[in-house]
Amino acid sequence: MRWMAREPVISRIKKKRILQLISQGKRADGRGLLDYREITVEKGVIRTAEGSAMVCLGQTEVVVGIKVGLNTPYPDTPNEGILTVNAELVPLASPTFEPGPPDERAIELARVVDRGIRSSRAIPLDRLCIVPGKRVYIVFVDIYILNHDGNLVDASALAALAALSNTKIFGYQIDEEGRVLLDKSIWRPMELQNWPVAVSVANIGGELVVDPCLDEELAMEAKLTITVDKDGRVCAMQKSGPGSFSAEQVVEAIDIARDKAAELRSMVMG
Amino acid sequence: MSHEKPKLIGDDGRRVDGRGPADLRPIHIEVDVLANADGSAYVEQGGTKVLAAVYGPKEIHPRHLGLPNRAVLRCRYHMAPFSVEVRKSPAPSRREIELSKVIREALEPALFLEYYPRTAIDVFIEVLQADGGTRCASITAASLALADAGIPMRDLVAACAAGKVEGVLVLDLCDLEDKYGEADVPLAMMPGLGRITLLQMDGLLTPEELKECIKLAMDGCRKIYSMQKEALRERFLRIRREVEAAEAAEGGAGG
Repeated sequence: MRWMAREPVISRIKKKRILQLISQGKRADGRGLLDYREITVEKGVIRTAEGSAMVCLGQTEVVVGIKVGLNTPYPDTPNEGILTVNAELVPLASPTFEPGPPDERAIELARVVDRGIRSSRAIPLDRLCIVPGKRVYIVFVDIYILNHDGNLVDASALAALAALSNTKIFGYQIDEEGRVLLDKSIWRPMELQNWPVAVSVANIGGELVVDPCLDEELAMEAKLTITVDKDGRVCAMQKSGPGSFSAEQVVEAIDIARDKAAELRSMVMG
Repeated sequence: MSHEKPKLIGDDGRRVDGRGPADLRPIHIEVDVLANADGSAYVEQGGTKVLAAVYGPKEIHPRHLGLPNRAVLRCRYHMAPFSVEVRKSPAPSRREIELSKVIREALEPALFLEYYPRTAIDVFIEVLQADGGTRCASITAASLALADAGIPMRDLVAACAAGKVEGVLVLDLCDLEDKYGEADVPLAMMPGLGRITLLQMDGLLTPEELKECIKLAMDGCRKIYSMQKEALRERFLRIRREVEAAEAAEGGAGG
């Protein structure tokens, strides 16, 4: 199974310390269990992209670039534009990232971010149709991890949202032969209909912890990523990691995610 | 191909296949169905047909992939090209790679991997016919195949989805309901231990609806769990019947 990633290891003494601190309601970097690391969001960092944003979540750094092109629509959605999300775990971001086709971690990351955007209908895909059944806009969301210090999903989902909110849609012209061509002299902003935000809650030694850093991810049982839309509805969820949750923990995590998502959303809106 | 959304909940409250909201589809489970595998199981859930096989614990190749403190669990979820309406390329898709990962992580909490350092346990899942709920049927089958292979487990893992279709919260979605419904929440758990080992969600639900779906899916898992145990028991009763039949034949011949 070539797509399997080789897990990094954590020393036993470090893991023990993390568990010990969390059982006392503390964390190695001084945060409370439900605190995010410092977050910065910068939009418009890449001039050559139609939309872009960089998000730093503590030491985790992610750039998302949006490119918009033309394509033929999928046969089952002839009146809708196309959304494609891809994630690259570039080798410069971590000693565990290797060059080559995306492994299961990259695919899972891209698909969880994709589900949040798609299920919440954040992008008005019906407004990205040019000639029904023939020509539509295709929106490429490319997630680029620059430094890996855990919780890539939350950082990537936030960066993707920030980048989409700052995306230009170029105009088009139809020539005499009926071909559709992009006209880069005119553009309109992509108007988002929804603002999905992902919040990951880790189960570390039986305690629920928000925004796990890399060491905490290596010490955790499992995490649950819950993506919440602007109206407080859940639009995507993914349990990830080798362990498990109790039903009570899942219910608690959903409530935590709803509160935290509102906090994060205010950092990218407006 | 029609893109019209069919009516999914009838005026009498019945679903497209005649079920009530909290009904499972008919389920058929068989354990030990493949001669070569160390363990195997076959699950039919409505129109979904899944075969799972386990090989291992076995020597891991290449050797450097082995871990000094535990076995490596590997899992491949794969759909046969003929399992869907439009032929699926046999090459693993991004969806299949993601599902292989989440299925592995759904099974892992049930296993004592630390008992088998430097080995591999391979789980191969083939979806032969897809009609919604394939990842859940795969987990139900794979956990039985692991048990059939004699690998020590904390509990069986049972899986079932719940979701929302035309405003109604329903259990065990079929393909049509998954495609045209509002939300899908696949869930796997170890019912004996009350631990949730897989939880995904796709669609839009209020937190209250989501919590209700989780409850519904857990009830479904518990029902499937008792069918799993019954199927496992049947696998051993079958051996006993075979032995008894052989003894009877021998006794008959000798006397």
